[in-house]
Amino acid sequence: MRLVNGLIDWVDARLPVVNTYKKHMSEYYAPKNFNFWYYFGVLSMVVLINQLLTGIWLTMFYSPSDGFGSVEYIMRDVQWGWLIRYMHAVGASAFFAVVYLHMFRGLLYGSYKPPRELVWIFGMLIYVALMAEGFLGYVLPWGNMSYWGAQVIISLAGAIPFDMLPFIDAKDAKEIGEALTTWVRGDYLLSTATVNKFFALHVVAIPLVLVALVFLHILALHEVGSNNPDGVEIKQNKDENGIPRDGIPFHPYYTVKDLPGVIVFLMIFAVVIFFFPTGGGYLIEKPNFVAANPLKTPDHIAPVWYYGPYYAMLRATTIEWFSMSAKSWGLIAMGGGIVVLFLLPWLDRHPVKSIRYKGWLSKTLLLIFALDFLMLGFLGTQPASGLYKTLAQIGTVYYFLFFFIGLPLAHRFEKSKPVPERVTGGH
Amino acid sequence: MSNDGVNTSRRTFLIGLTSAVGAVGAIGAAVPFVKSWQPSAKAENAGAPVEVDASKLEMGQRVVAEWRGQPIWVVRRTDDMIANLDKLNGELKDPQSKEDQQPPYAANEWRSIKKEYLVLIGICTHLGCSPLFEEEPTVELKYGGFFCPCHGSKFDLAGRVYQGVPAPTNLVVPPHSYVSDAVIIVGSEEGETKA
Repeated sequence: MRLVNGLIDWVDARLPVVNTYKKHMSEYYAPKNFNFWYYFGVLSMVVLINQLLTGIWLTMFYSPSDGFGSVEYIMRDVQWGWLIRYMHAVGASAFFAVVYLHMFRGLLYGSYKPPRELVWIFGMLIYVALMAEGFLGYVLPWGNMSYWGAQVIISLAGAIPFDMLPFIDAKDAKEIGEALTTWVRGDYLLSTATVNKFFALHVVAIPLVLVALVFLHILALHEVGSNNPDGVEIKQNKDENGIPRDGIPFHPYYTVKDLPGVIVFLMIFAVVIFFFPTGGGYLIEKPNFVAANPLKTPDHIAPVWYYGPYYAMLRATTIEWFSMSAKSWGLIAMGGGIVVLFLLPWLDRHPVKSIRYKGWLSKTLLLIFALDFLMLGFLGTQPASGLYKTLAQIGTVYYFLFFFIGLPLAHRFEKSKPVPERVTGGH
Repeated sequence: MSNDGVNTSRRTFLIGLTSAVGAVGAIGAAVPFVKSWQPSAKAENAGAPVEVDASKLEMGQRVVAEWRGQPIWVVRRTDDMIANLDKLNGELKDPQSKEDQQPPYAANEWRSIKKEYLVLIGICTHLGCSPLFEEEPTVELKYGGFFCPCHGSKFDLAGRVYQGVPAPTNLVVPPHSYVSDAVIIVGSEEGETKA
């Protein structure tokens, strides 16, 4: 024991181990009133670790020069390969599921509002990196949906309205778009060169970025402290020792609370992996069980469910405006839909943080927004025609109205409840 | 810290200069990384322009070449075929080739540089099947044309799409030009692109 203590002292004199542990675990005071919604942060960490571990193992058997064949090899020949692959593929969907719920928690309780803007920004950067990671990963099995999905997404570069830039006319703009797609593909058509590149980005570049961003996300969070369902700043009410009266140490209280949540999550995760690994075509699309075939387009090219809302926005635009094509507007809607989330901390002008004390208008707008997002997500996976197209257009318009009109102005038209001094039990 | 003997303006200048030189160096160092994403010499070879000698083609016949993994059709149209194009305008979606499905030099009714030779990428604009060439009139195509067996899209002998079929746009005309009277180079515009 003396030896162990001596070792800790020796290391601690050279590296701030004890300090770091205290700052981020045993003396990190989190509000005592966390509820169900506060599981999804730690669950994102669990899925991230799952993705890193299974991902590293998959690279041991995958080969980008024979993407489809090597995935089949993993599924049929590598011992337990099927499990590792399904853990990774289902893990991708699970990642988005928990991240979306985590983000919605932020919307509910105003967790992006001062002083937590940077926490939100880092979170959004994680979300964007995750979308890139998911897309790149979906191309690697080189199934037919990998191929055609990549075809559609890469060709979006051709829809960037470069001709809106000064000195560039429409013909040159088209050429820039084509040059850009060729550069991304590394060939004149999607080929092994593309898969190789995406493999490197998927397994090295983006994961490095992701892990760094997660680190910054948590570092920034621990600097300002966690928000809570009441939106009360617990640091404003400290006891004589400088400890927030409504705070409890993260470890052991929340580590122990998170553990059952993780176990329940892993149970659900396991059920999906073992019984519904393809999720009826929603987690792994059916055409992806056939090798990539440039001469055979799937009947319906749809993204995986987690891109649904933005894909629906991309396709919702049908009119030319200000000399830009409908396709360019679609691209702007899709990009804008993500950019607007970055601006959230400054768009929300409501004096109250938590939905608990906001008025009926804010509550209704947020509820409709959540339903709208789900609807767009569904529409993005369906063929765009007739009623679905109209719904996608209405949904897109509402999405932007919510951010640009609802959030900045709602508080002027409603009466908020008084925010308590201390956190409550939620009753 | 005392500022004795410090020439502040010289220091600012040196910092600025060092940063500028560093930035230029960084941009220079990025060049190989960015350029490596371009198609390799191997991919460039495989995607090189393809020459098609259409002079040996019988009137009304088609030859198929391959360029960048896509089937390229060259059809030598008869005078009748060309004359019939006009009669179809009312049944087509985009008879004047307004959609951007061809290089500017083929944005006309007959969708080619020379009326006699039609050059197309032989992939249906609906879902990527390869349509069949019907040089003779059929039930679907009264003056001949291209019929997609997958979902029944119809195109005339200029690759213009009919109304009421699943394909949204005309067939794509690849960039091409003439190195001599009837020798077409597909994928290059270095030859003649005027009739």
